Amino acid sequence: MSKYSLDYLDHLESEAIHIFREVAGQFERPALLFSGGKDSITLVQLALKAFRPGKFPFPLVHIDTGHNFPEALAYRDELAKKIGEKLIVRNVEDTIKAKHLTEPKGKFASRNALQTYTLLDTIEEFKFDACIGGARRDEEKARAKERIFSVRDEFGQWDPKLQRPELWNTYNGRINKGENVRVFPISNWTELDVWNYIRREKIELPSIYFSHERDVIDHEGQLVAVSDFIKLDPTDKVLRKKVRYRTVGDMTCTAAVESHASNIDDIISEITATKTSERGETRIDDKVSEAAMEDRKKNGYF
Amino acid sequence: MDLLRFITAGSVDDGKSTLIGRLLYDSKSIMIDQLAAIEKQSKNKEQGEIDLALLTDGLRAEREQGITIDVAYKYFSTPKRKFIIADAPGHIQYTRNMVTGASTADLAIILIDARNGVVEQTRRHSIITSLLNIPHVVVAINKMDLVDYSQDVYNNIVIDYAEVAKSLGLKDVTYIPISAAFGDNIVEKSPKMSWFEGSSLLQFLESVEVEKDINLTNPRFPVQYVIRPQTDDLHDYRGYAGKVISGIYRKGDAITVLPSGQTSTIRAIEHNGKEVDEVFAPQSAILHLEDDIDISRGDVIAKSDDLPKTTQELDVLLCWMDNKPLVTGNKYLLQINSRVVRSVVKEIEYKLDVNTLQKTDATSAVLNDVIKVKIKTASPVPYDSYSELRENGGAILIDETSHVTVGACMIQ
Repeated sequence: MSKYSLDYLDHLESEAIHIFREVAGQFERPALLFSGGKDSITLVQLALKAFRPGKFPFPLVHIDTGHNFPEALAYRDELAKKIGEKLIVRNVEDTIKAKHLTEPKGKFASRNALQTYTLLDTIEEFKFDACIGGARRDEEKARAKERIFSVRDEFGQWDPKLQRPELWNTYNGRINKGENVRVFPISNWTELDVWNYIRREKIELPSIYFSHERDVIDHEGQLVAVSDFIKLDPTDKVLRKKVRYRTVGDMTCTAAVESHASNIDDIISEITATKTSERGETRIDDKVSEAAMEDRKKNGYF
Repeated sequence: MDLLRFITAGSVDDGKSTLIGRLLYDSKSIMIDQLAAIEKQSKNKEQGEIDLALLTDGLRAEREQGITIDVAYKYFSTPKRKFIIADAPGHIQYTRNMVTGASTADLAIILIDARNGVVEQTRRHSIITSLLNIPHVVVAINKMDLVDYSQDVYNNIVIDYAEVAKSLGLKDVTYIPISAAFGDNIVEKSPKMSWFEGSSLLQFLESVEVEKDINLTNPRFPVQYVIRPQTDDLHDYRGYAGKVISGIYRKGDAITVLPSGQTSTIRAIEHNGKEVDEVFAPQSAILHLEDDIDISRGDVIAKSDDLPKTTQELDVLLCWMDNKPLVTGNKYLLQINSRVVRSVVKEIEYKLDVNTLQKTDATSAVLNDVIKVKIKTASPVPYDSYSELRENGGAILIDETSHVTVGACMIQ
């Protein structure tokens, strides 16, 4: 190996930093969509590398469904304080009230779809022209087709058939008034890449990523945390299990996995050995149909 | 562990999607829930075994029509390498998508159906591979199971393809006989083709040397963003943020800023928040200069002893990517790395037939056409010839009214 060899994580990191700086150079009012999950935490680390000692040229924006894990919210507030960057929070609850939206019903009534309304309102409120997100192409096959700079029309819609060609590392962020661009700096990372990077950079994570005891119910093989947001049926058995989360979404639509992994090394061994994909194992909302993600994205979802 | 980006060129008929499915499947990158989903769909299609092609076709329209429309990116790793696959469609009406996928590839896998040999599509994919200057080519001769794993069939295709490679100047070409459907010579060497002395496809992908493809001799640093904290303790801080797209930069290097031509010396280099003595491609960095000169986004910091060319007249091989035709005299924005300038397509010298390389006269171009043009820019553009330095020789054209990317330029 020559002295000028780079590890694959260095390649991915440099690519992501380059994308961040293109956003800073091309847009007037960008925002970083921050959920408190590991992917958006990784984005913050990359943004620190792209812009320090300067400030971020964008605020962190969190669309809070009201169904978030308290651990993730606490982590969010602490991180924003620690790095001294602006955090904007907008609540799905407020959108529901203001717009008389109908809450989904049922056992795992998820506000995932309603989140899109609040996101689009927030984009409008602050006139954001670019929203940086932590989506990865390995997550889902509709995402595998998406550009790094993904243009959305004024309704926030993604049209998979009308995507701009994206050549070399040249990103075209030009848009018409009212349109915005979703930017995905870690498009080319896999779940394992993110974990390896978190380990290498010694990034702190919310505690729910690590093994802990929790009351859960078994829903068709998926473990769902008992919380105020789900309605238990009389037949549901509440089980006390050692679990952790592979992804952090809403408490209503994110399932836990049984795990004793209490540190990053254990988690990496666990993921390396797993036979189920991240979304397949933990996302209750993707199973609706083969094209569930494609449909949500077309409607303005991340 | 390093990184290899490759493109697979071919159509569903050549077994391209099956090949990718096989690589993902045999390298254990497919999870059981994903497999369950495609098994369900395979049954819908009333086929006996699972259809690995379903793994790669991500859009509903693609699954419905059984074709690949757009580039999909797929990922897998072995203990030796991380791989990024650009899975591009092979039909001529999707040439622009193949060009897109090829633009970042270190290697192209060109699939040939052993029963058909070198066909028009093979030539087209090879021409695009050569236009986009992809450094390595693997010719995967697929469906060997349907020709009784015959060495003669393989040899004849190698002889035919060698002609194509020679005429296009493809340098590094490797031939591998495979059966994607049965996994022959994909991960392990196949006992059914003991006459074949090369390595399996995956062994080859793991070992092909790509590090040398990174240019470390011609330093180019396009400035993306100027970092100026303007706080009390960092009052005079002024850092030029960008990526070293080629070459090496060291503290004390004499540099020239293009297109202005101002000169200075590198005072300090930051990489990942630390001061370092040198940075090299493809690292992102922040450069600090001795002198306070006017530099903004889109400028290129080059080493004074090795400057790129700077011009307002570009000779370009252009792949047209828009549904609206190109009309000479139309104005477009030309973006090369971070630099955007207004430009006009002055004249079309010829149109290139991507199936035959024949040149014909043309006055306009439509979607998927490859043409040779002269472009005049409103201000000077620092560039290198695409064939010498891909990182600083590729540009895009943007329609000023729709803002859409309409063309890919390989600067001559």
